[in-house]
Amino acid sequence: MIEFAGSQYIIEIIYLIASALFILSLKWMSSPATARHGIWAGEIGMVLAIGGTLLRHGIVDWKWIIIALVLGTGIGIPLGMVQMTAVPQRTALSHAFGALCVTLVGTAEFYLRTPNVPKFMMSVLSMEVILGGLTFTGSLMAAGKLQEILPQRPITYKGQNLVNFLLFAVAVGSSVYLVLHPEAKQLFPLVIGISLIFGVLLVIPIGGADMPTVISLLNSYAGLSAAAMGFVLDSKLLIIAGALDGSSGLILSIIMSKAMNRSFTNVLFGAFGQVQASAAGGQEAKPVRSATPEEAAAILAAANKVVIVPGYGMAVAQAQHKVRELYDVLTKKGVEVRFAIHPVAGRMPGHMNVLLAEADIPYDRLIEMEEINGDFPQTDVALIIGANDVTNPAARSDQSSPIFGMPILDVDKAHTVMVIKRSMNPGFAGIDNPLYYFDRTLMLFGDAKQFVGGIVRELGGGH
Amino acid sequence: MSSNLIDALFVFMLAAFIGFEVIRHVSPLLHTPLMSLTNALDAIAVVGAIVLVGERKSEFATVLGVIAIVAATSNVVGGFVITDRMLKMFKSSRPVKK
Repeated sequence: MIEFAGSQYIIEIIYLIASALFILSLKWMSSPATARHGIWAGEIGMVLAIGGTLLRHGIVDWKWIIIALVLGTGIGIPLGMVQMTAVPQRTALSHAFGALCVTLVGTAEFYLRTPNVPKFMMSVLSMEVILGGLTFTGSLMAAGKLQEILPQRPITYKGQNLVNFLLFAVAVGSSVYLVLHPEAKQLFPLVIGISLIFGVLLVIPIGGADMPTVISLLNSYAGLSAAAMGFVLDSKLLIIAGALDGSSGLILSIIMSKAMNRSFTNVLFGAFGQVQASAAGGQEAKPVRSATPEEAAAILAAANKVVIVPGYGMAVAQAQHKVRELYDVLTKKGVEVRFAIHPVAGRMPGHMNVLLAEADIPYDRLIEMEEINGDFPQTDVALIIGANDVTNPAARSDQSSPIFGMPILDVDKAHTVMVIKRSMNPGFAGIDNPLYYFDRTLMLFGDAKQFVGGIVRELGGGH
Repeated sequence: MSSNLIDALFVFMLAAFIGFEVIRHVSPLLHTPLMSLTNALDAIAVVGAIVLVGERKSEFATVLGVIAIVAATSNVVGGFVITDRMLKMFKSSRPVKK
């Protein structure tokens, strides 16, 4: 270290530049016009940071570094090329990988340093592996649920919160003991083991509709664990990158929770779908009006202003390209078509925007909830494709509804409401939607992709 | 050591505030690419893993470090690739009216 003081400074300067580039990278993400600069800044920063690290004189073993970098690149490219509909699970998986890296490094650092670990370092080291461990398994669970390898329904049992709390208390207690007695090596695997189990238990009771919040929260944890690692390794670059990621995830979680009118603790411990499954039972008999693609096409063709409300169902049915054809054919007929995007539509923040952008729908047609809600009374047709809870007027009026207070898209104020839906089965969360029984509501039963395709054919469009 | 620690806490605090300010202005339109980008940036943890492997301190550390590099690198590469793919898709209707 001492004889190489010069190169040490150069490396630190390189890290400084990389940190600045990371901040710029996020800053440029604020608008679609500059966002791609953001990627370049991020890439250059990353190359600088890795290159600078390789310059460190302590590095003697190149072979394994190169092998690992090549292997990681080999895995990363296919992970970057997944279908846009698979983006939520890919994101969850990458949170898991990031957390895995942090946990492994933390573990290695502990065994290299024990029993001489200063108190502060041991505290951040515990934080690093606890956050890393629970983010690793929690994100794997989330990815499994999103990929539908695991059941999407929340899994709950009696005393769940108590079990979770006790486990967490044991992990924290053991960490505190380790801080005071870093030579107690045998406790470390316990801390890691509990964190891994805790991650699984944390995500098991969470349903698909809460995924946007959970993914954001895991994003934040992954960032915080990386920042903790920065404290352990005394690397300001890592602290900065971790803090940026941590605050980004936190902001997104706050936005998502607000959009569902729920607190963090409620999302984490609430197990959404459970309570109302029973309440939804006895309501099958009410009459609804349904329509065919021909009728729907006639109404759409006669409209001046149409607002399309996409939801997770559109993603599942892969209907975004048919929706684009509908957008084209209606626009050609002089109908003004816009899209209303609820913050928690889909399975992760911004999910719908990406799918519609993939289908080549211009982003200035995608309107946020607050902006478009005032326009619904002047809207001729609100066409809901695979969205449910975010349009449920019970959230405004019915105090007994589990989603009461959640901000919704006011589609019920449009002159005509059309809902494309597979059947009258209540949606994922199992909450009945009174919107479907309104006089002005037409139910369009069928697969979203086929039904939209049918409407497009009637309107004489399509390819 | 303790002055390093205080420095580090200052850096963390400032970076967290910058993060909040910068990210608050990100349009909801771009929340998904934002998340995949922060994922890629977060994988800077690879730096710690590289040092671990490079300094060859113990067999155990090397094995863990190699796995860590693989995991983090796949995040860096995958994160940048998919963010770029997503952003390429966002088009405005103003320049070319289809």
